[in-house]
Amino acid sequence: MKRYLGVAVLLAALLPGCATLPRGSGDLGVVVERARGNVQVVETTTRTRLARVEGLGDLSHASVVYARDQRYAYVFGRDGGLTKVDLLRGAIAKRIVQAGNAIGGAISQDGKIVAVSNYEPGGVRLFDAGTLEPLAEIPAVGADGKRSKVVGLVDAPGHRFVFALYDAGEIWMVDARDPRQPAVQKFANAGRQPYDGTVTSDGRFYIAGLFGEDGLALLDLWQPGQGVRKVLAGYGRGTQPLPVYKMPHLDYIAAAGEQLFVPAVGRHELLVIDARTWTERARLSIAGQPVFVVARPDGRHVWVNFAPPHNDTVQVIDTETLKTVRTLKPGKAVLHMEFTPRGEQVWVSVRDDDVVRVYDTETFAELAALPADKPSGIFFSARAHRIGQ
Amino acid sequence: MLSLVLTGLALVAAAEPMLTPPEPARRAALTHLVLHDCGSCHGLTLKGGLGPALTPAALAGKTAEELRATILNGRPGTPMPPWRGFLTEAEADWLVRALQRGELIAEK
Repeated sequence: MKRYLGVAVLLAALLPGCATLPRGSGDLGVVVERARGNVQVVETTTRTRLARVEGLGDLSHASVVYARDQRYAYVFGRDGGLTKVDLLRGAIAKRIVQAGNAIGGAISQDGKIVAVSNYEPGGVRLFDAGTLEPLAEIPAVGADGKRSKVVGLVDAPGHRFVFALYDAGEIWMVDARDPRQPAVQKFANAGRQPYDGTVTSDGRFYIAGLFGEDGLALLDLWQPGQGVRKVLAGYGRGTQPLPVYKMPHLDYIAAAGEQLFVPAVGRHELLVIDARTWTERARLSIAGQPVFVVARPDGRHVWVNFAPPHNDTVQVIDTETLKTVRTLKPGKAVLHMEFTPRGEQVWVSVRDDDVVRVYDTETFAELAALPADKPSGIFFSARAHRIGQ
Repeated sequence: MLSLVLTGLALVAAAEPMLTPPEPARRAALTHLVLHDCGSCHGLTLKGGLGPALTPAALAGKTAEELRATILNGRPGTPMPPWRGFLTEAEADWLVRALQRGELIAEK
């Protein structure tokens, strides 16, 4: 039997196209093509596209989490679609439409539960990560008695999920150890109009950015009994924010040593937080209103993109000197940036130029320009092993 | 005489806005703006997101004047920003009519 298997493997190797040898998936990722409802499966080692998967619905605000085996990507679409994509086959493994209007999702610590945050009807739903069978629904009814849109859903250690209620201004923490009977702990008066949320890389602190007031809401998940506290309150110092033409995002907190970098809402500024004291350490003047603020995995640089009309620009900031070391112009409508696992490359989606540009993060040289139809989010499979992603 | 001229101007201003549709290239640019930039809150299919749906059915209860004012001036207290500066008033009028008729998705 063993011998026959050996022959089969040899045949497969000799006959390309008939069968392919198994491969790993740690250097794979997906690029969302928002207008057509496709994702590309890409590979970062040789910077190539392996497949295009079609039929994922409205991906105008799509996000992705990974199964811990890094083979499957869960794509959360605007239209409530939840699609499990098999990266190795370049095909849809399973797809459901679970709500009318969704915003994002998360996967549990053990990889067994996928949670989706919905705008309509406002709440969070839990699904079996294998089959996508529904397990539980958590309607986001705030203290005001009304159903709220849900933002900033992340996983946290202890089989937990944490999210914020945009309309009600609350943060909820869910213990999903029994996923059919999730236990919810609610924190009211977290702040006005939380627009997104994230956790620190150790999963200890949940941070919600606030649109309706200057400040961030902070919850220590080690000490939830202490409740939510406001940090950097009044960072605008009483000045009126500018109109916001694209909401900032807190995809993954940008950290460098003991400093965290977060967008100031409605201002051409980055806020630098001292992560020991949760106080403002500095504020940096930048090219426009920040949207994504992402740290290179080694923390040496932070890369920032911007809301219209400055969305042709990316700035790179040195986290030691807090100075801008490079300003790039990747093209029209830069939407997202994603580093390879150890940060030697960054992939940048440029929506209106229909291209993903890949840069060397030391020299800033452009390494590749990969065609993509209205690309938005870029998500590499290394996210599978990070808390909160 | 001056007052007559002013009255005349006021009458013109109060009348139904003249709808000269933007040139095709500008129309395409405006459609792109609606689907992709407005769409990041209102959805690529305009069925809503953080912002409300902008489908003809969803807009049925609103007057053209209200919609025009919302586009140009934004809505304080919400994330809706003023788009004056990105659009002329005539372009805002064209957009309102196109949204009310559900024409922007078809033009994609």
